[in-house]
Amino acid sequence: MGKIFRFDKDVDTDQIIASQYLLFPTIDEMKTHTFESLNSEFAAQVQPGDFVVADENFGCGSSREQAPSVLKALGVKAVIAKSFARIFYRNSINIGMPVIVSKELYDAVADGDSMELDLERGVITANGREFSCTKLPAQMQAILDQGGLIASLNKED
Amino acid sequence: MAHTLIEKIIGNKVGHEVKPGDIVTADVDWCMIDDIMVPFAVQKFEEMGFTKVWDPDKVVLIYDHFLPATQTDDSRHFREGDAFAEKYGLKNVHRTDGICHQLMTEAGYVKPGDIAFGTDSHTVTYGCVGAFSTGIGYTEMAGILGTGQLWMKVPESIKVVVDGVLPSNVTSKDVILRIIGDLTASGATYQSLEFSGSTIDAMSVASRMTMSNMAVEAGAKCGVFAPDEKTCEYCNIPYDDSIKALRADADAVYSRELHYNAEELVPVMACPSLVDNIKPVSEVAGTKVDQVFLGSCTNGRLEDLQTAAAILKGKHIAPYLKMIVTPASRKIYREALADGTLEILSDAGAIITTPGCGLCCGRGGGILSDDEVVVATNNRNFLGRMGTSKVKIYLASPATAAATAIAGVITEA
Repeated sequence: MGKIFRFDKDVDTDQIIASQYLLFPTIDEMKTHTFESLNSEFAAQVQPGDFVVADENFGCGSSREQAPSVLKALGVKAVIAKSFARIFYRNSINIGMPVIVSKELYDAVADGDSMELDLERGVITANGREFSCTKLPAQMQAILDQGGLIASLNKED
Repeated sequence: MAHTLIEKIIGNKVGHEVKPGDIVTADVDWCMIDDIMVPFAVQKFEEMGFTKVWDPDKVVLIYDHFLPATQTDDSRHFREGDAFAEKYGLKNVHRTDGICHQLMTEAGYVKPGDIAFGTDSHTVTYGCVGAFSTGIGYTEMAGILGTGQLWMKVPESIKVVVDGVLPSNVTSKDVILRIIGDLTASGATYQSLEFSGSTIDAMSVASRMTMSNMAVEAGAKCGVFAPDEKTCEYCNIPYDDSIKALRADADAVYSRELHYNAEELVPVMACPSLVDNIKPVSEVAGTKVDQVFLGSCTNGRLEDLQTAAAILKGKHIAPYLKMIVTPASRKIYREALADGTLEILSDAGAIITTPGCGLCCGRGGGILSDDEVVVATNNRNFLGRMGTSKVKIYLASPATAAATAIAGVITEA
C-alpha cells in the first residue's frame, strides 16, 4: 500500500522541478525541490512506495528528464494520470518509472488516500474498488521490463 | 494510400509507407543538445558504454540557456560540453551565437524532410521548414549519440486551415494562441499539427516558426508546414520535385480539422497561468504592466523586432515599465543593428540583451516578484516561470507587447 499525492490537470515540468534547480549536478540534490511551487511539503512527506495521481496532461512543458527522475529518486512507485504529455511519458519509461493511464482513478480518490498497484495484472486497488489501467505499447513495456533504456541498450549488446 | 504531411516525411526516411500508430525506427539527420542538458546526456552516453559518437557532424551543441552565466556553477556546463566536443570530434558547437531553435535552421542544419531531435521541448520549431522534429530526454539523446537511430510512433494528424488576410494588428502569434485555446493544452497530445491555407501560404518562414514553436503547447509531437518556395529560399536549396512532393494528399485522413477565417481573428493573449487560457486583448485591456519582454525562440526574429519598432518609433515606454528585448540570434541582432531597429527600441527606453533563453525561462535576468505583471512574447506562462509563483505572465504578439509598453497597461495594437 502507498499513499496518494493528488494533483490537478496540466501539471507542467516547471512545477515538478523548477529550472533554477537544473544546474545541481545530481538528481539527489534536486529532489528536495520536487513540486515546490505546488506543495512545498511534498519532498519531505513522500515515502518510498507512494503514488502520484493526477488529472489530464501530467508532465506537460519542457523536455527535462529531471522531472520523472526526481519523482523516481524520491521513491514514487508510479504516476497514474488521466493522460500524460508525450515527452514526460517517454522519459519516464526510459528511466524505468511506471506511468499508467487510468481515466477513473483521479475522480475516485482524495489526496492522502491509500492505493495498491499490481503492474502485472494491470489493476489498481483503492477505497475498496478495482481500476484497470491501460497497457503500454509493447516497445515501451520491453524497455520498462528491462529497467529503462540504458539497461535495454546494454542488453542488446 | 493517401498520406498526411508527417506520414510522408517519416515514410520517405524509413523507405516504406507508414500509417498512424506504426512504430518505426528512423535514422536521425540532426540532433541538438542545449547547455542545460549537456552534462546529463554526456553522463548517460558514458553509462551506456559507447566509445564513439555515431556521426559527429550530425550533432549540434548550443549554449543558450545559461548564457551569459548568472550562477557560479553554470560555466561547468560549457566546460563539459567543450570537453565532450573535443573528445569525440564534434565541430558544430555554438557558444555565443543565439538560441538553439533559431540556429538549427538559420545556421543551415535542418532542411525540409529531415528528422531531428533535441533535448528541449521547443525542438518542434523546425516543422516550419517541413522537417519532423521533436523534443526528447537526455537518456534517449545519449542513445541517439551512440546509435544514430530512434524509434517513434507515427502520429495521427490534426489539420489546421487558415484562409484569408489577417487584420493588420493580428500576427501568426495570435493565430497559434487562438488555435491552442481551441485545442486546449492537451488537445493535440501525441499528434502532428499540420498547418495550411492561404493565410499560411502568405506568411514568412519566420511567422511560421512562431506557430510550429508553440505546437507543443497544445501537447503536439510536431507542428509542420509543407515546404514552398519561401522555405527553399530560407534554407538555400532548390525548389525541386523532391520538395514539391512533401505535402499532404488531398484525401489524407485526419483525426480532426479546424478551419479559421483570418478576417475574423483578433489580437489575443494567453492569460495567467495556462497557455490555453486565451482571451481577446480587448477583454484584458487596462491591466497595469510592470515589464514587457520581446524575444525568445517564439518571437525574437527580425520581423518581430521590426513590428515592435514600427509601433515604438518616436515614442517612449511608460516610465515605471521595464522593456527587455532579446534578439533570437547574433545574426538577427546584427541585422536589427544595421537597419536601425535596435536604435529605435533603445531610444524608446528598451533594454537590449544578448541572444539567449534566460529571460524566457526565468533563469537569467528580468526576474519578477509577487503580484507583478509581465507581458511577454515567449511561449509559456507557467506558474513561477519568470520569477515567483505569484507573478502574472500574459503571452502576446510583438505588436501587442509594443503597444502595451507605451501605455503601461495592456493595450491592443
